[in-house]
Amino acid sequence: MNTTVVAQLQRQFQDYIVSLYQQGFLDNQFSELRKLQDEGTPDFVSEVVFLFFDDCSKLINTMSTSLEQPDNVDFKQLDSGVHQLKGSSSSVGAKRVKNVCISFKECCDVQNREGCLRCLQQVDYEYKMLKTKLQELFNLEQQILQAGGTIPQVDIS
Amino acid sequence: MGMAAESQFHVLAVDDSLFDRKLIERLLQKSSCQVTTVDSGSKALEFLGLRQGIDSNDPNALSTAPVNHQVVEVNLIITDYCMPGMTGYDLLKKVKESSAFRDIPVVIMSSENVPARISRCLEEGAEEFFLKPVRLADLNKLKPHMMKTKLKNQKLEEIEKTSNVENGVPTAVVEPEIKDSTKVEIEILPLQQDLLLVQQEEQTSSTNNKRKSVEEGISTDRARPRFDGIATAV
Repeated sequence: MNTTVVAQLQRQFQDYIVSLYQQGFLDNQFSELRKLQDEGTPDFVSEVVFLFFDDCSKLINTMSTSLEQPDNVDFKQLDSGVHQLKGSSSSVGAKRVKNVCISFKECCDVQNREGCLRCLQQVDYEYKMLKTKLQELFNLEQQILQAGGTIPQVDIS
Repeated sequence: MGMAAESQFHVLAVDDSLFDRKLIERLLQKSSCQVTTVDSGSKALEFLGLRQGIDSNDPNALSTAPVNHQVVEVNLIITDYCMPGMTGYDLLKKVKESSAFRDIPVVIMSSENVPARISRCLEEGAEEFFLKPVRLADLNKLKPHMMKTKLKNQKLEEIEKTSNVENGVPTAVVEPEIKDSTKVEIEILPLQQDLLLVQQEEQTSSTNNKRKSVEEGISTDRARPRFDGIATAV
């Protein structure tokens, strides 16, 4: 094991994950998720995260359909979708996605179709952005493991 | 006798979201619980054996062979509130209405902080109300229930070993005939008293309030629900 390489990768990982928190992509709940991962369940976080992204994709499609017809928007279905998305983004620590969902819900409540469309677009953007970021993070994790190192525990103060 | 002291605390987790089921399952496993997850209230009732009644021809029933004759022993139910069809509240009611399962503690989870909802659930007999996302620290509140089950199993084993019993229950409220030293007598008496306490809890129709006060010595004042960080402003 090349300790210099491992140390460099670990440093990179640490800096990257801290930046994700600082930029508001992730919140404390993500660190709670990381606590649940151990040697017996090394893929727990990535499994759960990709399940979340799958959910996002499906829900966004459904909600997009609900919003299609200007005269016939199913706000009830929309509300249900936003509720689910808000719940799962909250459980995963996807802070920005969750915040958009809060605005989205408000638009639903007042049946503001335009507002909902904007929020939908924003949710789509945010989840895809987060997906890219987390894929990079998991990539770094893999590199560390392959180099024979361990993934650092990062404390977010 | 089948009631092994090393049998884990078994939690039945109910949530319609696959994502949330995965999460609660991991949280519970991390807290050293055995977990079964189902995606609806009706499946939860089926699992408990409430729907069809206890089916003794079920091979699964035979393999678990618990002393208390349940199909499967569940030590705690944790359920989401918002579910299509049967809500967590409906499930709570059904469990508390059943004579076989009313003593199983039920915990409700919800992503929404609605004080009226929380009070309603606690009044109906829910043990705790957790706001989602549920965290490991929240599950620590379940530790007293886990310890109680573990201790109960251990004590029943000890009673079986040292006194004259039938079916794991002492046949009389008397001191067992032990010709050993005083030390052993002292050990036996508290066990009996505690066992009686446990039996009384299960046999009376006392409310959760009463049971809690007996176990934990807290006030029976339900108006103060035990959960953290929730504004109960009306």
